[in-house]
Amino acid sequence: MNTLLFLVLFPLVPAFLLLIFPFQQFRAWVTRLSVATIIAGSVYAAYQFFFTSATFYSLPAHYIDKGMFVIEALIALFIVYAGIRYKKYLASILAILSFGAMAYFEFTLAHNVHIEQNVFIDRLSVIMTLIIGIIGGLICVYAIGYMKDFHHHHKEMKDKRRFFFFVLFVFLSAMFGIVFSNNIIWLFFFWEITTLASFLLIGYTKTPEAINNSFRAIIMNLLGGLAFALAIVYLAKTGGPLELDKIIAGKGAIAMIPVALLCFAGITKSAQMPFSSWLLGAMVAPTPTSALLHSSTMVKAGVYIVIRLAPVLQNTQVGNMVALVGGITFVSAAFIAVSQSNAKKLLAYSTVSNLGLIIACAGIGSEATVWAGVFLIIFHAIAKSLLFLCVGTIEHKLGSRDIENMDSLIVTMPGLTMMVIIGICGMFIAPFGMLISKWAALKAFITIPSYMSPLMILFIAYGSAVTVFFWTKWMGKITAANRPAEKTHPLQKSISGDEWISELIHALFTVAICFIFPLVSAFLVEPYISEVYGSAAGIGKSNYIIMVIMVALVILLPLIDFFFQRTLKTKQGAAYMAGRNESPNRVFDASLGMKRELSLKNYYLENIFGEKLHMRIGVITATIVILVMIGVSFI
Amino acid sequence: MKPLYIGLIYVAAAPLLGGLLAGFDRILTARMQRRVGPPILQPFYDLFKLLQKRTIVVNRLQNPYIFCHLVFMIATGFLFFEGSDILLIIFVLSLSAVFFILAAYASNSPYSFIGAERELILIMTYEPMVILSLVGIYMVTGSFNFYEIIGSGKVLIKYLPGVFAGFVYILTMKLRKSPFDLSYSHHVHQELVKGITSDFSGRTLAMIEMAHWYENIFLLGFIYIFVSFNPWIGAAIVAAIYIFEILIDNVFARVKWQYAFRMGWIVAFFLGFSNIVVLYIMGR
Amino acid sequence: MHYDGSSCNGCDIEVLACLTPMYDVERFGVINTGNPKHADILLITGSVNEQNVDIVKNLYDQMADPKVVVAVGICACSGGIFAECYNVKGGVDKVIPVDVYVQGCAARPESIIDGVVKALGVIEEKKRTMNEVKVG
Repeated sequence: MNTLLFLVLFPLVPAFLLLIFPFQQFRAWVTRLSVATIIAGSVYAAYQFFFTSATFYSLPAHYIDKGMFVIEALIALFIVYAGIRYKKYLASILAILSFGAMAYFEFTLAHNVHIEQNVFIDRLSVIMTLIIGIIGGLICVYAIGYMKDFHHHHKEMKDKRRFFFFVLFVFLSAMFGIVFSNNIIWLFFFWEITTLASFLLIGYTKTPEAINNSFRAIIMNLLGGLAFALAIVYLAKTGGPLELDKIIAGKGAIAMIPVALLCFAGITKSAQMPFSSWLLGAMVAPTPTSALLHSSTMVKAGVYIVIRLAPVLQNTQVGNMVALVGGITFVSAAFIAVSQSNAKKLLAYSTVSNLGLIIACAGIGSEATVWAGVFLIIFHAIAKSLLFLCVGTIEHKLGSRDIENMDSLIVTMPGLTMMVIIGICGMFIAPFGMLISKWAALKAFITIPSYMSPLMILFIAYGSAVTVFFWTKWMGKITAANRPAEKTHPLQKSISGDEWISELIHALFTVAICFIFPLVSAFLVEPYISEVYGSAAGIGKSNYIIMVIMVALVILLPLIDFFFQRTLKTKQGAAYMAGRNESPNRVFDASLGMKRELSLKNYYLENIFGEKLHMRIGVITATIVILVMIGVSFI
Repeated sequence: MKPLYIGLIYVAAAPLLGGLLAGFDRILTARMQRRVGPPILQPFYDLFKLLQKRTIVVNRLQNPYIFCHLVFMIATGFLFFEGSDILLIIFVLSLSAVFFILAAYASNSPYSFIGAERELILIMTYEPMVILSLVGIYMVTGSFNFYEIIGSGKVLIKYLPGVFAGFVYILTMKLRKSPFDLSYSHHVHQELVKGITSDFSGRTLAMIEMAHWYENIFLLGFIYIFVSFNPWIGAAIVAAIYIFEILIDNVFARVKWQYAFRMGWIVAFFLGFSNIVVLYIMGR
Repeated sequence: MHYDGSSCNGCDIEVLACLTPMYDVERFGVINTGNPKHADILLITGSVNEQNVDIVKNLYDQMADPKVVVAVGICACSGGIFAECYNVKGGVDKVIPVDVYVQGCAARPESIIDGVVKALGVIEEKKRTMNEVKVG
């Protein structure tokens, strides 16, 4: 248990250190060392609990409970104040309501509640710990170099980096708290801290747009928090269990209302429709925020709780509605992503889409879908975080986030482009991770007995068709080598070491996890599923072998052939431009003897896949489904 | 015979069969147009000629990509006839297609660029129907393995008429025939010069041609699954479908991509998805 | 591949006729493509003038070896009746090496097909010399 406590409490140390001292070198070294420690701690925790089933611990709860309540009061006060100051009264109202519910619980019901086992760790927690520790930590290292560049570019912004890193580490601490809490009151406490962290980080630059978007985020997340609090009150009032493991084991016996409310909280936190707009708005924040909170970690807390509840959701109408919300989000967000040329928005919509798929898997709740869902979490966290980090670096070096400006990136920054390619491949290509999960999810959806089966299949069929489109488009743009190769790469050389190391390790992980995922499945995911469901799931040995061979081939073949090419003498020719080429490609003889440079832009299909249209469709259908979900839970 | 051997036979024989099929295609097209047409071995002559040309390359990455395209296309067919999970195989096929598109992007002439975009739209158009067909097959036979499906004794076309019709609809796209040969026509038809293959020549073009032959044999094998209840009738139906596709190719003109995209998705929904729903209701 | 230099389109129409069922050049395995990279035979009609000198050269360079050039029509061979105009440089052989000359104004489809078949023979020879150069 000491490892668990260490992981939750240790990040507070660098948090306060970095809050107090402003020196850049100090900041860099404290971050690097703390992250190394956190990673070591996560790996050690994984190693400790690798082979064991769920382990529970009790902590003397009385003082911790009171302390949490006090901190929650302070947070509520702060939000009320911020809401009034910026005239976003809805935020203040929601904060008061949410805190009011907890206060009601604390003062009237809490003395009836005695929870023995507050802390636990099982294999799903181990997976989440590794993700939070390694990926989250690496993002903090990346932030060192990135924030230095950020303030260098934006001299007009106040340099509040002390505060930024403070919030980052507090956030890591809270995430560890979420995955180790068995007591859902404690879970709620850490949940609210992540909401607050998100609010503070999105509003970092304090521009009007940032402030608006941070309030949008906090209002939607507070709505989810309110649902969470109401679930706690309901459970306490009806004598239901307040421990996560008992809730999950109470399948069939437990009322669905608190489960529906908890799922609602998960839906808001993971930016499902109709609450997706906060994640999109969060893209104004500096890239480490986008990577950490909004792709690999905080939103994973939302899907984490729904996946935890998956056994309870199986074969229930509430579960079906949750899966429907996930499916609608998956398809709508994928459609919108086709029409986006802003790289961060594209990544955001892709994130929302993949989270939708995870929620759909969790809502259906069978062994096979949960297997797929957990793997989606793992693969998505790594690959998406890699992509966000790379896009952040590209934005600083090129001065633009637009994919259309990333033409021929492989010539100017080959190393970085390779990593973007690895990230993109990790998102949609067989045999890389996301595809394995999508494949497993499709197989799982075919076998579910309810009416959800055809619907889910429809969603996956259409949703995954469009993902090929927008990822390949981007990959093509950056790998096209229009300009002659350069000997030195000055732009690339100016990338800071921290950013490089972080991105490189991410890329290595993306590739490595595709090789070792059979082991992860055998040792972590399948045992977890057996534990929770009593039976196992998996995808068959022969398929594992095929996939691993394919990963090897996909990496080796192009490399081998590329080097083989150098020995062959092929004639280098010009591209066909109806005979009017001038210099090596691109420039051609236009009319009146002028020389024009060719520019090619991708298809974005805005009239078919426009953002407005699909957001509206998604929001309306998802709202209806959520209302049905809440209604059905009363039955 | 062990499935592995059949897979290996596929790897060896598919180019020959595919070439003969292509030759037959050209002769039939010519006869439909009241011409004489080339000799039936013409595709092989073309292939050898291409291999003997001195390739012009616009970008050094083109050949590695096309080589991977060919390898993964062979892998798709091999795994299919060897009896692996068809769902996985379809994804390998899409991997192969992605390599092809990346090769076209790499050369970056306007024609190959637009060809690549149109190929992407084509992939987006036929993907739902392909996935729905696989789902349909699974719902009827309970397996994704080629031999198990054939051996299950079920007459798939009786249960999956909508899926079959939908698949034949998008087969036109996959075989690169009019009216849906948006990105490159396997015939002589020009399409914004030569569409996605505009900047390939010599050996690279030969590899693309071979990959196309492998793909054709694989697709015919896939159609065979639907009518495998009797080998002779099945083979006859497959041949009839292919001739039907050639007929469609010669009758229709190429459509705009918007039309192809809309129709592909609508067909997938009304023919494919409704078949799945009916199967689901019947199966309860 | 067929390129129209500055032809009056008379020869072009005759070239088109070769593709029709009446004369059917596909019997010899020849098809029409618009892309120099895919082409072996460059069929040029019309003479070369200042405007299309660079283009003809560019297209010829973009064809892969071994390649043949067939000049169809008298204008492509030597400039025809326009040979003395101020803007006409002359026949195609002023810019690129021509292998087969097909005269006529307009050249008949039978002559064109005859020229193409001769060109096929020239390609075979070029292939042989190319291989000999490679081996030797």
